[in-house]
Amino acid sequence: MTQIIYAVVIVAGIGLLAGLLLSVLSKLMAVKADEKAQQIEEILPGANCGACGFAGCSAYASALSQGETADTGLCAPGGNETSKKIAGIMGLASADIMPMTAVVCCKGSRDKAETKMIYSGVQSCKLASQLFGGDKSCTYGCLGLGDCARACPYDAILLCDGIAVVNPSLCKACKVCVNTCPKNLIELMPKGHLTAGVLCKNHDKGAKTKKDCAVGCIGCTKCVKACPNNAITMDNFVARVDNSLCTACGACSEVCPTKAIDLIKL
Amino acid sequence: MKFFIALLVMGILTQNFTLSKFLGICPFLGVSKKLNTALGMSAAVIFVMLIATAVTYPVNMLLINYDLEFLQTIVFILVIAALVQTVEIVLKKYVKSLYNSLGIYLPLITTNCAVLGVVILNIDNISIYSAYNYGFLHSMINSFAAGVGFMLAMVLFAGVRSRLETADVPRFLQGLPITLIAASIVSVSFLGFAGLVEGMGLM
Repeated sequence: MTQIIYAVVIVAGIGLLAGLLLSVLSKLMAVKADEKAQQIEEILPGANCGACGFAGCSAYASALSQGETADTGLCAPGGNETSKKIAGIMGLASADIMPMTAVVCCKGSRDKAETKMIYSGVQSCKLASQLFGGDKSCTYGCLGLGDCARACPYDAILLCDGIAVVNPSLCKACKVCVNTCPKNLIELMPKGHLTAGVLCKNHDKGAKTKKDCAVGCIGCTKCVKACPNNAITMDNFVARVDNSLCTACGACSEVCPTKAIDLIKL
Repeated sequence: MKFFIALLVMGILTQNFTLSKFLGICPFLGVSKKLNTALGMSAAVIFVMLIATAVTYPVNMLLINYDLEFLQTIVFILVIAALVQTVEIVLKKYVKSLYNSLGIYLPLITTNCAVLGVVILNIDNISIYSAYNYGFLHSMINSFAAGVGFMLAMVLFAGVRSRLETADVPRFLQGLPITLIAASIVSVSFLGFAGLVEGMGLM
């Protein structure tokens, strides 16, 4: 019987001592918690993708609460809803965010784009592109080794036929892939409406482009002439579409000889 | 003196806590991705191991005094948990960057079997090595050696994992499977130290 009492007393005593020590310490060493920052952090998605330009969700939250930035719309994954909620906490006007999605600007899958060598090194676009610009004849095209797919925090990128494809319904426009792609092929485009887009970034002259890839933009300027709204301009042998002027009439894709320009709905 | 060296060699190499006794596997796999966090975590573990040994030694005396050795496990867990909480509070106040990079693994030291393991093994060793007057100082050295052994394993494995990052691993082995295979190979390599203590004539 006495043994049981001793056991209870000793365990309870040690527990009490430890509890007292901890409560005293937590008072003495208390770190002032920023209430607004905590509230904002709860609203943020918590993916720590870095799209806002801060180190992570908690860094963005503390920057907002300490007035380092007043822009509530920096969180692309959270979108409008998050922006409004943050604005509600901070008492700021909320910025309207256009929903965006990332697009890989290359359609040159392995059956359409020529291969110039057999690459069997490390399976990484970054490293492969340092060796003669990768194994494709086109030095601008997607290497399809999946650096972006591995970097994507939302698993929105898949590799199909040797090129990366973004799934717009999963993409949160966090720009991680944009910064990862060694070929700078990934761009953000507005989500949800039909527009003309040039899925090629080959700046070579037409003759070389045509040899390298069946679906490359050869810079023939036919689309520029066909566009009734003057939405298309040439940028160093690649056509570029101004999304604000494009009415998605489809005149450009009709005349394009390689179908590099096409109507896309993201 | 010889026995001190023997304890160090055993704790770090021949009976490495992580690679031979398979204690503390959770942080071994969880925090070994980057060298910095691996070092920080190991430093925290060494620290907690030393304090835990220092505190549990008199607690164990108390338990033996009242014939309550069966309470060892639960009392030691209680003491270690309180210690880890203390370390966490102190780190949060003074070394915020280490606190952030350790993340969830710092509270996990609480239930880290390596810490409880070293404390319990020290007490078992008292009876095994009583011929060497095994006592408080030996316990502390053994804990330190165990912690350094943990650090050695973490640092070695962080190097292995940084090589794995760029390796062309078959798809079905990517991620945790290849990490576990690599861990087993590193562990097997430590078998090479077997017999070192006897061979050096330390015991």
